[in-house]
Amino acid sequence: MTTVVDAPAEAAAPPRPRRRRSTDEMVWGTLRALTIAFLVLITVVPFWYMVMLSFRPIQDVLLDPGRLWVTFTEASLGAYREVLRSGDDGGQGFLVFLRNSAVVALITTGVTLLAAVPGAYAVSRLRFKGRKVISGLFLVVYLFPPMVLAIPLFVLFTRIGLRGSLFGLALVYVAQTVPVAIFMLRNYFETIPESLEEAGLIDGLTHFGVLRRISLPLALPSVTATALYVFMIAWNEFLFALLFLLEQPSRWTVSLGLSRLAGSVEVPSTVLMAGSVVLTVPIVVLFFIAERQLVEGLTAGGEKG
Amino acid sequence: MLAVVVLPIIWAVSLAFQRVKLLNIRRTSVVGNYTLDNFSRVLQSEGFWETLWTTVVYTVGSTAGSLGLGLIAAMALRRPFRGRGAVRAVMLLPYITPVVAATFVWTVALDPQYGFVNAWGTSFLGWNEPIPFLSTERSELFGIPVPTALLTVIAFETWRYFPFAFLFLVARIQAIPGDLDEAARVDGASIWQRFRNVVWPQLLPVIALLTVLRFIFTFNKFDDVYLLTGGGAGTEVISVRVYEFLTARKDVGLAAAQAVVLAVVLIGLIIFYLRASSREQK
Repeated sequence: MTTVVDAPAEAAAPPRPRRRRSTDEMVWGTLRALTIAFLVLITVVPFWYMVMLSFRPIQDVLLDPGRLWVTFTEASLGAYREVLRSGDDGGQGFLVFLRNSAVVALITTGVTLLAAVPGAYAVSRLRFKGRKVISGLFLVVYLFPPMVLAIPLFVLFTRIGLRGSLFGLALVYVAQTVPVAIFMLRNYFETIPESLEEAGLIDGLTHFGVLRRISLPLALPSVTATALYVFMIAWNEFLFALLFLLEQPSRWTVSLGLSRLAGSVEVPSTVLMAGSVVLTVPIVVLFFIAERQLVEGLTAGGEKG
Repeated sequence: MLAVVVLPIIWAVSLAFQRVKLLNIRRTSVVGNYTLDNFSRVLQSEGFWETLWTTVVYTVGSTAGSLGLGLIAAMALRRPFRGRGAVRAVMLLPYITPVVAATFVWTVALDPQYGFVNAWGTSFLGWNEPIPFLSTERSELFGIPVPTALLTVIAFETWRYFPFAFLFLVARIQAIPGDLDEAARVDGASIWQRFRNVVWPQLLPVIALLTVLRFIFTFNKFDDVYLLTGGGAGTEVISVRVYEFLTARKDVGLAAAQAVVLAVVLIGLIIFYLRASSREQK
């Protein structure tokens, strides 16, 4: 697409005679345009399909499953009404699940940041023995299958009665997100010139004061990105929610509640899609608010190779 | 972190050597009767080797797929064009979407009864009948038997994780100095030659790192397969099996032993890969 747009613009620039586009460039340019179109298609269509189905009545979908648009006459909010209405009114009670998910994700984000900000700062600034080893160790955690962690935690939480509580679930998420949060924040703290902080120290601030008054305000974009990423992980998580909360339907998160819907035959797929939209929209909104910081925070250090 | 990550790992290993069922869980302690029984039961249990093989195929396929597509995407979006920012943001959607929602869209779209893929396949592509992609273990394509459900799951992983590879590759590509490429262009190198000799060597370290990361993540993956197929139709990977042992059979010891086997196989494969790649560099 772009090559088509670009070509006349280049030709129109009068003063410098341009080299003619070789066949090589034309072939690859076309391939590139096709590739981009293909990529957009495979990423957009599933989401379009999800939103579209959630507005169509199930009878119409069964009659014409191949149609990818909604007509004005058939559009309905019935699926959303069923998903959001509480269980007593014959709905699926997703409002409660939304609240549960929000509670777990917010606790996780809060506690993780409280632990990760000082932790990342310590790793990036304070010189202590084994600093290098420590920062490497953070990522080793991700080598272990979550399943290996899940079993003893399952046993432990069963014993101390934390299984089935949202707080217990948040605790597990914190343990899973602190390492990656420290990793993301550390990269950013390292870009803040130390001379700035030394100036603060000379002026009589404590290490903690320097962190609070100088480094943290500077690192705010990165802290926001990290917070969002942690929130996303906690909101999207499924395995631990399944293991810990399955027996307590009132504490289900949206992911868990939605996965349980699929098991029953009576729930039409349009309702499933409405539930998926409810689950996805908060994350997509957050993502588009902070896309740039998030991408930079995640890949920082990656370009060093 | 020590309490919630390191100790559980040690505990999991210790559980793997004990006879523990969910019923007597309250009575067991860290010091118990240690036995290798669980491991021999895991290794001899029905379908263990099959599951291991499925896990390896699934992991290799998904890693290669997501890296390949991620690389293609990164190269296609290398030069600026109108709307590149928007295309880039949209392409990250599969990666940020909650796994439950992503798997459901695929499940519904591929459904033989009301999914659009089969509706289009039968009316435009001349399929004789709808294909139940996620519940067919084997089918024939041009006379060659193909593991349909497993391939579908690999396609899903490729779709879901190519943005991850894409992100890191784009970051690296943008750090490549432009004059090198320009010099090659002036010297008359073709686009393919420029990619092969200028860009590719620069990307190699990142690709190696991403291969390891994606391999590890996919090998350990539970939710995607569990939600798509429930482990049926020849897609049972080890982590799904661990979950079955834990919940259906309520056999904690066996599940832990299976999980430890998973970790050991993974570590073995990683060491093998690192050895092989370091030898290649020499």
